Amino acid sequence: MIAADRPDRRAAKLAVIDANGEIRHMPRTALAHLLRPGDLVVANDAATLPASLAGRHDASGETIEVRLAAWLSAGDPTRFLGVVFGAGDYRTRTEDRPLPPALEPGDRLTLGPLVAVVDEIAGHPRLVRLRFTDTRMAVLGGLARHGCPIQYAHVPEKLALWDVWTAIAAAPAAFEPPSAGFTVDWAVIAAWRRRGTEFATVTHAAGISSTGDALLDQLLPFDEPYSIPAGTAAAIARTKARDGRVIAVGTTVVRALESASDAGGAVRAGDGVARGRIGRATPLRIVDAILTGVHEPGESHFELLRAFGDDAVLRRVVRTLAQEGYRNHEFGDAMLLERRPARTAASAAAA
Amino acid sequence: MPTHTDLSQLRVAITGGTSGLGLALVRLLSAHGARIAFVARHAQAVAQVAAQTGACGITGDVGRKDDIYPIALQVTGNLGGLDVLINNASSLGPVPLALLADTECEDIEQALAVNLLGPFRLTKALIGALAASAREGRGAVVINISSDAAVSAYPGWGAYGASKAALHHMTAVWNEEAGADGIRFLSIDPGDMDTPLHALAVPDADRSALRRPDDAAAEIMDALLAALPAACLAALPANCLAGEQR
Repeated sequence: MIAADRPDRRAAKLAVIDANGEIRHMPRTALAHLLRPGDLVVANDAATLPASLAGRHDASGETIEVRLAAWLSAGDPTRFLGVVFGAGDYRTRTEDRPLPPALEPGDRLTLGPLVAVVDEIAGHPRLVRLRFTDTRMAVLGGLARHGCPIQYAHVPEKLALWDVWTAIAAAPAAFEPPSAGFTVDWAVIAAWRRRGTEFATVTHAAGISSTGDALLDQLLPFDEPYSIPAGTAAAIARTKARDGRVIAVGTTVVRALESASDAGGAVRAGDGVARGRIGRATPLRIVDAILTGVHEPGESHFELLRAFGDDAVLRRVVRTLAQEGYRNHEFGDAMLLERRPARTAASAAAA
Repeated sequence: MPTHTDLSQLRVAITGGTSGLGLALVRLLSAHGARIAFVARHAQAVAQVAAQTGACGITGDVGRKDDIYPIALQVTGNLGGLDVLINNASSLGPVPLALLADTECEDIEQALAVNLLGPFRLTKALIGALAASAREGRGAVVINISSDAAVSAYPGWGAYGASKAALHHMTAVWNEEAGADGIRFLSIDPGDMDTPLHALAVPDADRSALRRPDDAAAEIMDALLAALPAACLAALPANCLAGEQR
């Protein structure tokens, strides 16, 4: 995922797709001077929890892996929605992982130094509401010592926290990294500042992206809490007033900003929860362009892009990026996709 | 000035928090209501200071690369963010002090790991949280504890002095680079204090001639408050956090 991004960060590519669907190719470093004075870049500054916990199902004695997948109460690290896997780890594709033992409310899970109790089965035999039996401080200590970042079989190297925290990572809120944020470093923020392009952040608790189980994946994304600083809401208002563009770094920022938007095109500062999916029929009130990794059709991330571009354009983008050798997942290549003109968006929503 | 300052909105991380200057800072800032996470190597001492002060204690070694992100996770997870980082934990290098020509390579590596690389790594892991605090108008300050051994060449203090000189210079560069992001970096020499570290270095020192760590801590708190945005401190809850309360 990210470890592979490190050696050739400078070689990473960027596809820029304008509102008319025209595609231009450039090095990703062009981000520093590509945006206009008066534009605003909004990124997700969530740091990523070590949300994969190896352990044991006490009742059966079987080995399990729990992946913390979403908050039950924002910022309370003693209660989580979790997905339970059978024996094994990230090196086996999630689709091929053995099922966990049958889970019942009241079951105890021993996860390294931590003990969690299954409070409830949450609509799928492998999806549980978990409660750790320790204090907040002890749970954070246990996660820090025992937890690993959630990762997938396409990256063979074991990831550490420093691989999954973006340069701007602040408070630990996400379960998987807001990976588009890997395109942002302090030098590019400084370059934007020099050009008069503003930078702001939201904190959005990006949840688990995939479970390998088709039924369970249909429930994704889970509800994701977010927090929008007053300064960010004000920067968006300023940007709209001067006809600048709001550029979201990653799908999580789109979810947060659109979820907090009102019909007048303003964003409410404060805490909220993003529910449901953004797709073709979702009107974009705030975000004018998205900077994102390269996603495949069918992924929920890709579905969100349909709010920005017509299917014909997106099909052409996918085809062209494959021809040009862009790497998908979080391998460092990226695209900047400007949304279709608002008129078209409205007619698409009405259709 | 500090006695009446209410610091209840201030989130502070302090390394080396169970002895000497670090302990004095944990006590002083706790007494003023600041929300504190401190780091030290020994679990028992950490638990003791946490129980005495109500601060959040984190067991870890800033000289170990693998400990840094677990520490950072617990700092921001427990405090919900971070306004101030005080890199105070220090290693003398060789004990007893040794001439450079007699210094084992492992001992100077240890001094550099704790006094230079530790602050660098922890600051890098937490700079996102500090910048977020600055963007919210709360201010953000990193204080790196330096020494006159960083400036003057004292025989026997080579490992320690070289590591502190490098830290001092790194602090200055970081202050230039991060100023536009709203983060201030201060290098502070607290003077010769009556601490366990000093006793290791100079076992036969006249302790009555040494500074009390409490006095140095008070001076550091003054410097810290001066470096934070004035509007923010005077009425932190009203002015600074209004934005967060929707």
